[in-house]
Amino acid sequence: MSEAGVIHDIGYQRYDGPRLGRFAMQQALYVHGLRAAYGLGRSAKAKIFPWLVFGIMLLVAVIVAAVRSTIGEVIFTYTQFADQMSFLIIFFVAIVAPQLVSRDLRSGTLPLYFSRPLRAADYVAAKFAALASAIWLLLGVPQFIMFLGAAFTTKTGFKGVWNEVLDLVPGWGYSLLWAVMFAGIGLLIASFTGKQAFAAGGIVAVFLMTAPIVGVLASLPSTTANSLAGLASPMTLIAGINQWISGDEGTGLDLGRFGPVYAIEAVCLIASCLLLLLARYRKVASL
Amino acid sequence: MTIIVTDGLTKTYGGGVTALADLTVAVDAGVIGLVGANGAGKSTFIKIMLGLVPPSGGTVRVFDLDPVTQTDQVRARVGYMPENDCLPPDVSAAEFVTHLGRMSGLPKTAARERASEALRHVGLYEERYRQIGGYSTGMKQRVKLAQALVHDPDLLLLDEPTNGLDPAGRDAMLALVQRIGTEFGISVVVCSHLLGEVERICDSLIAIEGGRLLRADRISSMTAASDVLAVEVADGTDELADALAGMGMEVSRDGRMLLVPMDSETAYDRILRAVTDLDLNLHRLDQRRHRVAELFTTKETADV
Repeated sequence: MSEAGVIHDIGYQRYDGPRLGRFAMQQALYVHGLRAAYGLGRSAKAKIFPWLVFGIMLLVAVIVAAVRSTIGEVIFTYTQFADQMSFLIIFFVAIVAPQLVSRDLRSGTLPLYFSRPLRAADYVAAKFAALASAIWLLLGVPQFIMFLGAAFTTKTGFKGVWNEVLDLVPGWGYSLLWAVMFAGIGLLIASFTGKQAFAAGGIVAVFLMTAPIVGVLASLPSTTANSLAGLASPMTLIAGINQWISGDEGTGLDLGRFGPVYAIEAVCLIASCLLLLLARYRKVASL
Repeated sequence: MTIIVTDGLTKTYGGGVTALADLTVAVDAGVIGLVGANGAGKSTFIKIMLGLVPPSGGTVRVFDLDPVTQTDQVRARVGYMPENDCLPPDVSAAEFVTHLGRMSGLPKTAARERASEALRHVGLYEERYRQIGGYSTGMKQRVKLAQALVHDPDLLLLDEPTNGLDPAGRDAMLALVQRIGTEFGISVVVCSHLLGEVERICDSLIAIEGGRLLRADRISSMTAASDVLAVEVADGTDELADALAGMGMEVSRDGRMLLVPMDSETAYDRILRAVTDLDLNLHRLDQRRHRVAELFTTKETADV
């Protein structure tokens, strides 16, 4: 009889390889979250929406780059691109944030995470970083396409490319601000419900319902109220910071002397979102 | 080797609910049954051992580590299978267990290998690439067990592993738990409210009620001292009972049977002699091991 065909049950094998620390777990969770945000490693259904949004943004960037390189007209600057795409970003966050956190709440997976060395802070940090990176890539990659279009068709040689880099880097920074702000608010809302549809609705509502408030405040007769109007909505808040830092007047906001207030509110808002998330998961972790 | 030691362990939740009161046990490695009615404090005990909730009083040590201050070291050596449903429906078992392996600190390739191994050991090898949403309850329980096993723990904490399973599924799950305890060399704490279920597979038993310790001991020492002889005769049960009582035996009746404590080796002979003296037809005379449940008859009524 041949011995080759025999399957040996080698029984249970103990594991004596390396065991990585909490930082490695956090990293693994971050990569897992970033992949999940774009539907990678998930069903085809989960890929449709993120890639649709990404595709539209990419298409817009290609058009902008093409127009600029052929007729030399700048449709959007890098920062205006982020402002113009704000609705797409809201919908992206509304779909992806619940994917990242509501799913774990819904299926009750959290006890499995928190019975491991991972802590609430690690979980929050990894999910926040994953969503912020996903949003940043959503803006940053099309911005880079726009840069390539501009850089390869520049007529002033290396100096022109360098000028373009100097425009791109603040644009990326501005996208990062968008990413961090939207990730914080989106995750916080999504962490309160296990139902993805409710979470998505809540996120869209918070971002869209605040826009009319800005409109009302901006139409009041008081100039102080007009200057502070942008504080009421995350979108105008970010635009206000951009205006304060760069002096770009293209956003339709009249900041007056309240520019720093916008920056302070943004920092406080992001910090409080993260602290509330942490408090929420501390409570969930000790179920 | 003693793996779990508690001393005066107490847990009071806000609002004055006492989940555990003055629990003092020392448990040896092996398969350990943790029995008690719903709300007896089993899950609280498990959560304290995992460092998920801090005790209000007393101390607990797992592998001589303090779960409150050395949480990471304890959790790295412990696998936990919760009672509730905890599986996302839209990923495959292989992927899910791999991910949780990584969350336990395994490197990528090791996590994948260990996940396949763990799923194979729980009997889910062919189906592991299917989405969990399409699994039966029995298969889901196996996935939950596999994720607790993936990082090769030294101790498994299983909260009601047979929940929702049919009798055949229960037997399979209990056999698997016993295999883990004996062949794999991993100690297992099995929580259950069904004493009869866990006593078959456990080396030792902790029974708690209302947060208090009823009894903690090895199964062998619980049952050894309580062997009885069951005697059944055709007619004349009463006469035989009187005769045996006259010989100084403590006779109790259980339906048509007489139960006589087996206090010495001669008990068989003495009963046989009594039966022949009375000229009765002996139907049965055998040694009966007390089921552990009979030690907790008061608890059984409290269960209802």
